[in-house]
Amino acid sequence: MKVIIRRPRREVQMPGSRRVRDLLQELQINPETVLVVRGEDLLTPDEVVKDEETVEVVPAISGGSTDEV
Amino acid sequence: MKCRICTEKAVIETRRHNTAFCKECFLTHVERQVQKTIESEKMLSKEDRVLVAVSGGKDSLTLWEVLHRLGYQTTGFHIVLGIGDYSPAAREKVEAYAEKQGFPLIVTDLNEEYDFTVPELALNTPRVPCSACGLSKRYLMNRTALGGGFSVLATGHNLDDVASTLFGNLFHWHTEQLARMEPSRQATHPKLVKTCKPLIRLTERETLAYTLLRGIDYHEEECPNAEGATSLLYKDLLNQLEHASPGVKQSFYFGFLKKGRSAFAADVNGADLRECEVCGQATTTEVCAFCRMMDQAHRTASRRNS
Repeated sequence: MKVIIRRPRREVQMPGSRRVRDLLQELQINPETVLVVRGEDLLTPDEVVKDEETVEVVPAISGGSTDEV
Repeated sequence: MKCRICTEKAVIETRRHNTAFCKECFLTHVERQVQKTIESEKMLSKEDRVLVAVSGGKDSLTLWEVLHRLGYQTTGFHIVLGIGDYSPAAREKVEAYAEKQGFPLIVTDLNEEYDFTVPELALNTPRVPCSACGLSKRYLMNRTALGGGFSVLATGHNLDDVASTLFGNLFHWHTEQLARMEPSRQATHPKLVKTCKPLIRLTERETLAYTLLRGIDYHEEECPNAEGATSLLYKDLLNQLEHASPGVKQSFYFGFLKKGRSAFAADVNGADLRECEVCGQATTTEVCAFCRMMDQAHRTASRRNS
């Protein structure tokens, strides 16, 4: 499968199928900080991504906005 | 994984609530969480004219979308900060969203109005870019809300933002800031506008999911000045804790509001507010921090150019 990780953008090829939670664990990405998307679908951790599919890991965390208003 | 409410296929798991939602139930859940926050903290009424600070990122556009859907009277406010390619891209996203939705939007360009961008302020004053940016945003948001007759200013701070700010304030024992960490702040001077943070019950991951599920085209790029920011380190540490112990961010922040904040009330600087001699905005000194920063930037730039 192809995994596109945004910000900084990089692509990772991973052989075989695996669940989203295992994919993130292998990539050492904390699931609390991202969403995994296939096309326009958000994937839950138990969802299986097949070998021929492409998914994107979208970052949720941004650095700004901590100023007290 | 099934939605715990309707048993349709789930699109997101929220471990801190020990649940999962389908698209429709998640969107409803987010909007209810915001309404609950607004009501419990007495942030807004349907009669308020609300100025919504919009950067173009997922949080501020989520806030604008949700407040509109909940029936509040909103106008967006975007500040063009002059940060490289980042600012024009942010402006484009905000204007495209406002136009698509037919929402009113006010745009202020810092450079057009004051002759300095954020990077130029950092170059010509002792302030680092994030400090110059934060001060400019706070000043312009209050000024615009006052001038436009808005009764409340709403910002898109989420649970990760406020929990990481709390984390930093505790680390450094910034007791006055700890006392001021309320989700909604009443105007304490005629030249100040009430502020509120209706997204504090939502994590960044949840606002991102809302944005994606609603098909909102947001500005995904990170501000170049945020690289290496301490706030990112705090967020990372808190999310490591959250992964090991779901719900810890929420209990940390809301526990502080309930049990901790009042302990620091005596540390609030009670200095009287007055009007700035230059601009008339509220300040504790003769000239407000924004006018002092601008004066210093002009003087330094003049020296550089002479």
